[in-house]
Amino acid sequence: MNTLPNTIPIEHGLIVAAVLFILGVTGVLIRRDMLFVLLSLEIMLNASGLAFIVAGARWLQPDGQIMFIFILAVAAAEVSVGLALILWIYSWNRTLDADCASKMRG
Amino acid sequence: MTYAFYIASFVAVAATVRVITGTHAVHALLYLVVSLLAVATIFLILGAPFAAALEVIIYAGAIMVLFVFVMMMLNPSPRTVRREQHWLTPGIWVGPAILTAILMAELAWVLTGGGDAGSSMETVTPKVVGMTLFGPYILGVEMASVLLLAGLVGAYHLAYHLGRRREREKEGGNER
Repeated sequence: MNTLPNTIPIEHGLIVAAVLFILGVTGVLIRRDMLFVLLSLEIMLNASGLAFIVAGARWLQPDGQIMFIFILAVAAAEVSVGLALILWIYSWNRTLDADCASKMRG
Repeated sequence: MTYAFYIASFVAVAATVRVITGTHAVHALLYLVVSLLAVATIFLILGAPFAAALEVIIYAGAIMVLFVFVMMMLNPSPRTVRREQHWLTPGIWVGPAILTAILMAELAWVLTGGGDAGSSMETVTPKVVGMTLFGPYILGVEMASVLLLAGLVGAYHLAYHLGRRREREKEGGNER
């Protein structure tokens, strides 16, 4: 009854999205390299987009894809500013260790 | 089509695990591209072709290229040539290649009509998405444009001052 258009249960799609999101959270928690932290943030944004698409496919509404487009815009803006900040931090203390950045003052 | 969904999900999860456990940034990036392609395949199976195309073009294309550019700027070492030779040995790219081959086999299977794709499948077409996006969601589009403008200005500001800082460091080094 709760199936997507082609007989895939909606729970399975949401489980895939949840697993991807948890992998992203794990990446943020276990990695200290800021580039990997940013990659993990991308994974999390992508997983939330997948959840929106699954929900949109369940009810055959375009709203899920529209939310995915907004997530895409957020990801693009976040990546551009985040990568610029990473370049700044690298030119500051010649490392991308997130723990070293905690010494920042002002 | 049901099996295609589970195979693509497996590829996505496996590639993502390799992303967060990878030690080299470029290898992790390669696996992340594979993961995004797998998620795009899932979108296509779920009947969202427009989102699948956007995923490939913007995520796996544009955003990953940004990451590649930054990695090129962070690695200006003289050991680059040796590292390149090291990268070209098999064993590094064989994992992503296998996962991508699985996705490509799925694509070939769908294109040859193996999974009765397109006939019985209900899709949300790009036309409906566009009508809704520029209808009830027009305010969201405006907000997204403001957000992208803020991202552009922020990135430009940071890059401008970074360039001036590097110039100053270079001049100071020459005087000394």
